This record gives sequence, structure tokens and C-alpha cells, in this order.
Amino acid sequence: MAIWVDNDTRLVVQGITGKEGEFHALSCREYGTQVVAGVTPGKGGQEVDGIPVYDSVAEARAETGCNASMVFVPPPFAADAVMEAAAAGVELIVAITEGIPVNDMLRAKAFLRDHPARVIGPNCPGIISPGQAKIGIMPGHIHQQGRVGVISRSGTLTYEAVWQLTNLHLGQSTCVGIGGDPINGTNFIDVLEAFAGDDQTEAVVLIGEIGGSAEEDAAAWIQQNFDRPVIGFIAGRTAPPGRRMGHAGAIVSGGKGTAKEKMEALAAAGISVAESPAEIGAKVAEALG
Amino acid sequence: MKIHEYQAKEILRRFGVPTPRGEVTADAAEAARICEELGGRCVVKAQIHAGGRGKGGGVKLAGSPEEASEVAGQILGMQLVTPQTGEEGQLVRKVLIEEALEIASELYLGITLDRELGKPVVMASASGGMAIEEVAAENPDAIVRQPYDPHLGIQGFEARSVARRLGLTGRTARQAARFVSLLVKAHQHTDATLSEINPLLVTGDGDVLALDAKMNFDSSALFRHSDIVEMRDLDEEEPLEVEASRHGLNYIKLDGTIGCMVNGAGLAMATMDIIKLYGGEPANFLDVGGSASQEAVQSAFRILVSDPSVDAVLINIFGGIARTDRIAAGVVAALEDLGGVSIPVVVRLEGTNVERGREILQEAAHDFSVATTMAEAAEKVVAASGGAD
Repeated sequence: MAIWVDNDTRLVVQGITGKEGEFHALSCREYGTQVVAGVTPGKGGQEVDGIPVYDSVAEARAETGCNASMVFVPPPFAADAVMEAAAAGVELIVAITEGIPVNDMLRAKAFLRDHPARVIGPNCPGIISPGQAKIGIMPGHIHQQGRVGVISRSGTLTYEAVWQLTNLHLGQSTCVGIGGDPINGTNFIDVLEAFAGDDQTEAVVLIGEIGGSAEEDAAAWIQQNFDRPVIGFIAGRTAPPGRRMGHAGAIVSGGKGTAKEKMEALAAAGISVAESPAEIGAKVAEALG
Repeated sequence: MKIHEYQAKEILRRFGVPTPRGEVTADAAEAARICEELGGRCVVKAQIHAGGRGKGGGVKLAGSPEEASEVAGQILGMQLVTPQTGEEGQLVRKVLIEEALEIASELYLGITLDRELGKPVVMASASGGMAIEEVAAENPDAIVRQPYDPHLGIQGFEARSVARRLGLTGRTARQAARFVSLLVKAHQHTDATLSEINPLLVTGDGDVLALDAKMNFDSSALFRHSDIVEMRDLDEEEPLEVEASRHGLNYIKLDGTIGCMVNGAGLAMATMDIIKLYGGEPANFLDVGGSASQEAVQSAFRILVSDPSVDAVLINIFGGIARTDRIAAGVVAALEDLGGVSIPVVVRLEGTNVERGREILQEAAHDFSVATTMAEAAEKVVAASGGAD
């Protein structure tokens, strides 16, 4: 069954006429996603490899019935693009853009209170339901339709875990990259709630990293509400305090948000924690018997 | 992005936040002139980005212009060691000369983002001069927290509530509430991620001033703050990190001996962690970007090997959209271009077209050690670097 993205997803790509936007719009289509429209203000009426381009998301939605968006708009304008999609009634908005100012994301989140939509990201690889559709920049072919849900704050580290699951023939139900920024649209618990209602998901891999307390919150929630096996990994045990490790949100500040604290919180909630990133797949196999 | 105390105070003054009078200089003789203008008594403060300057002897009181000049002469040019600089310390190039004020009490005031709440939060405590982390650890109830709506700013009653909960009354409470409102304004308008006033000074007359000031800014928002970008002081940053940022690379220098080059921040952290797990010490964090282009790999390699403590290198690339055969060719070309390197290089490639990628590495003139899993790569590079410690 998978979550949020499937064969019925009708995708609009905001920023489709840019180099990255075009490349990934076409690779999503190649994977099987219905890419029905693109939006670039001022470029309405053009086509990108047969995909019609509109000036606004509202027009794209009226003409094509798109229900999901992938945002490739440059950072200064990306939060505006997210709000535009929400205002047009798009239900799922996947923001790939890295480097959106924190204050812009806070504004977008305030706007979303009156215009409900699920935002995934920003600064994320996107979401994929293997065998059905993907919205994002992840390489589709390393995935395999299967039993494990994956949630992660990272990109290539997720691919690493996915590849292990594929090679062990466990496969994935849906993989959601929630992004590496301090303020994001969807958190671990939102995804876990959706997995709880998905029969295809028999176990979950949760990949966290230093900074914030989203992993601790997820651990507490899992202990109360989630009875399928969860395998956790936290990146950044060797990260020095006070330094931002690539992702805007990956920082230990004031002694808070360390990998150690997070691993302890996961373990205390009964979650199996992988010490090494190389053993994530094996731990899942063990849990699923 | 970080700036100096004197620059933060410059910004705060633009928003009407009360600060002591003062002037920055790199010249000890100038210090006497400034001190004279401030009334003959002053405080001389070393300007480096690291905190804890007072503990290292970087902040001193001078009772006369002559003494100001003498003290400034001692501080300028010193390698100031504080709890935040590391053993070698940081060279002091500028001092801030400020009027010496009578201190009735010292408070703490800071603004930062509460990630879970999704709102900025004002934090205050009556223990001025103490790090807020220490207060949080010892007596968390002593911290006053006041979140506010970032779009509406802080409301008057919220600012007054901060002052009241700090136990302030009368004129001091009014001054403190006004200070909080102005600091919030400065914080919001500059896309600051941290605005910290520690200590916040209360004078005998009930005036409230920023005795110290620290501001950090959202790097993603600098495109709309050219004035703040101009305040960047490259002398305060690690030279290799500055060089890396010029090539669009994310590099952070660490204390170990194993250089690592990885595509993607999460995988880069996980690679550092697995090196440690196998008994080695990572020399750096380095993210060459998801696509790991040949140019990025080449600049990254040059930076890695220019760190003299690096005695082995681990390249860990997960090729997705960027195919591993292309990445392998890029790594080989980068090394040929550099005329080879004399230290062992372990390469671990995984992902799209990986068989061809590994062949390219094995056929190359350079003697790479090729690994298939992260665990094997970590084991090999730790052995090459002289084994586990």
C-alpha cells in the first residue's frame, strides 16, 4: 500500500525550467511518476519534454488536477513557492531546495496553518514508494518494493541504508527524507503515524543525526504508540560541539542534541540501535526474523 | 556566520539597543586617546570570536589613558587562550576600548530558535556572566523562557513578563522590558540565529546596557544582508575551511589523522563515526556534494592532503544519480592532476555501475586500496594510518 505517494500521484514540478528541475522532473517520470505539469513564473505556455509549463500553481492545478508538488526553486524564492502550492490546494509539497532562510520557513509554516498541506523537507532527497512513484532526487533503481519503511534526515546515508535493504531482499514500502534543516514540514512522528496505518510496512528504519530533539520525541512516541520493530541509527557521534556538520540543523549547541543522548533515548524506548552504519540492514533482517 | 563583539554592538546601536560607549582599535597608542575621550577610565577587551575571553586575560580594566595604552599593548598580538579556542589560542588583532561602568547587577539575556516549538525564544536569567548551559544544568528553573511569534515580534506584555520574572521592579523593569523588545527587533531584522547579551548590565541608576554582545547569523539569509557579510573576519576562521568554502565544499577540520572525503553530510558524519568505531580518529568532516563532481573531488583532495596531520585518506562515495564509474574516473583524474599523493588512499564506492567504477580504480596508476563495504573501508584505512590507538 505504501504512504503518501503512489500510482495516483499527479505531480507538478515548480522550477521545472531550471537545469536541476528539468533533470529530476524527467527522472521522476522515467521512474513511473505521473508528471503532469511544470510551473515557472513568466514561462507559461512552454513545454519541457512534453510536460506543459504554467505561470502559476493555481493554473497548473485547474488544468491538470495535480495533487503533489516538487519544489526546485532557488532558496530566496523557495518558501514563496511552498506557500503558492499550498494556497492552490496541492496536498503534498516536497521541497528539495537547500539553503532556505530559517525565517522564511517559519513564515511558510505560519501560512500553512490556514492552508493545510503536507510539506516534506526542505533540504531533503524527497519521497519514494518503490515500484509506484517517486518525488525527489534519489536514484530510483537502488530501491526495491518491500517490507521496510525508511525515515531519515539525510540523503546519501539513506541511500546507503536502502541499498543494504535491497541487497538483503527486504525492500522498502516508502522512504521519506524529512530533510536536514532545523525547521521542517514533516517530522519523524508524522511519518511513523502514517506507517502505523500501512499494512505493507512491517518494520521501520529511523536515521537521525545530531541537533534538535526530534529523535528523542520520536523515541517517546514509538514507546507509547508503535508496536512494529524499529531500527535506529544516529550520525554524528564524532562531531565537535558548536559546529554545523553540513546540514543547517546538524549542530550540537549548548551540550544539547548529541548523538549519545539520542542513541540512549532510542535504546531506552526499546528501539534496536545500530552502532555502525554498515549494520543497519542486518539489524532489520534480524528483527524481521 | 559569526562576528566580533564590537560589530554586534554596532548592529545593536542601529536598533537603539543601549550599549556602553566605546571604540575599536588595533593600535595601543590609540587606546590612550579613546580612554581619554571616555573620561580616563576604561575596559580593554580583546576582539576574537571565541568566548571566555576574560578567563584567558583578554579583558582588563585601565584606570588611566596611560594604563589603557599599556594594557592594550599587552593584549594586542597575544595568543589568547580561552576555554573555546583550544590550546594554541587565537591571535588578538583588535581591542575594544569601552567606558568603565558602575555595576549594580549582571543578568543574562539571549534569543535563539526553539526548534521543537518552531518559534524564537527569549531566555533570561539573573546569573549574568555565567554560561546559560551551566545555569540550565545546575538550576533549570532559574531560566526565564519567553517564546514569541517571529512575524508579529514580541508583545509589550511578553517583554514586561521577562523583566518581572527576573525579579526586576520600577525603572529597571521598564528599561529591561524595552531592552528585550529592541533586542528582538535587531534579532529578527538581521536573520540572527543567536543574539546573546552576557552579561546584561544594570547600573546603580537602573539603566540597562549590553556589557557584552554576541550575534550569529543564518548563513542561508546572508543574501539579503550585504552589510553583515562585510563583517566576516577570515582571520578568525580556520584557513583550510576558508579555502574549502571558496570551492563550495563543506569542510571542518578535526584533530585526527584520517582524512575523509564523502558525498552528502549524513554519510560524511557516519563515515567519521565508523572510523572512530574501528579505532581511528577522523581528521575532518568533508562533504563534496551529492554528485561528487571531478572539480569538487580535486579541490577536496588538495585540501585534505594539505593538512599535515593526515596520514591516510578514505574516500567514501555512494553513487546514485551520479554514476560511480564517472566518479571513479574523476578521482583518478584528480590524483593524476595533483601528480599523485604519497599517503595511502582507501576508496569505497557503492551504487550505480559500481563494478565498472572499481575496475577504473584498479586499472589506475595510483595504488588505491579498494573496499566494498563501509566496514571494510574503515578497517583498511585505520590499518593504513598506523592502526587503532
